[in-house]
Amino acid sequence: MRATVLVRPKPGILDPQGEAVQSSLRHLGFAVEEARVGRVVDLELEGEDPERARAELERMCQQLLANPLIESFEISVAAE
Amino acid sequence: MSESRTRPRIAVVVFPGSNDDGDAVLALERLGADAFPVWHGEPDLPAADAVVLPGGFSYGDYLRCGAIARFAPVMGAVTSFAGEGGLVLGICNGFQVLCEAGLLPGTLRPNASLSFVCRDVDVVVERADTPFTTRAEQGQCLTMPIKHGEGCYFADDELLAELEATRQIALRYADNPNGSVADVAGVVNADGTVFGLMPHPEHAVDPLLGPSGGALVLGSLVDAARERTFAPA
Repeated sequence: MRATVLVRPKPGILDPQGEAVQSSLRHLGFAVEEARVGRVVDLELEGEDPERARAELERMCQQLLANPLIESFEISVAAE
Repeated sequence: MSESRTRPRIAVVVFPGSNDDGDAVLALERLGADAFPVWHGEPDLPAADAVVLPGGFSYGDYLRCGAIARFAPVMGAVTSFAGEGGLVLGICNGFQVLCEAGLLPGTLRPNASLSFVCRDVDVVVERADTPFTTRAEQGQCLTMPIKHGEGCYFADDELLAELEATRQIALRYADNPNGSVADVAGVVNADGTVFGLMPHPEHAVDPLLGPSGGALVLGSLVDAARERTFAPA
């Protein structure tokens, strides 16, 4: 089963990488007011139970994939 | 008791990607400890009076600095050691590992400038009453090198207020090099027995080679480890 985790810097957290990207895009002529840079983790999971997968992914995020102090996360499990 | 028994034993953990472990061992030896490396894959710590997590780039800094190292087999033993009141010092990447492991509050993020910063900095000693700072005086300015890309200390407003109230900010930058909140350069845990800092004391112990402010930090640790081990019960 495929799943995707999106990890984002929480609102209000300074994101210097996002600022650099925003400024570069403006240099290229794009009207970008803000850019925030996060991380995508694509996973291939064993098992076929989406509920169970979701619970596992929640624990993966809490323990390793995100730092809850500064990052939020969003889980999606591919429906097949 | 032989002379060597008055030297406290200090374990320096080596992760894949650590690169300041050698200097940490040499500096601690020079300051009067029996320092020895411990490989991260060890499930147990050999008998030690203190533990140092050195600088470097453990596990290539993948995901977040220190995020993977905190799950190294030896970290279970380090966490137990800290839980029993054992002295633990984390330098640079070691500080990041301690934060990720939850042994220290807050976290370290990419420098606000996004640049890797490598130079000597002045830090002000806010607490001279921790086992890591007794050789210094409160308000004293120490010069030590920093070399990091992700040393921007972050704690949210609530946590920061708590750290200020409990005086857990042990070191502050005189001139903030990386965007850390409240100029934080080093923090201790609530008991003052676990300390993490971004500057490198192990690179600043010999006046022949530059500033020697680090000798006060590591010397304090050696003193504290010695007292704990050899003081009459």
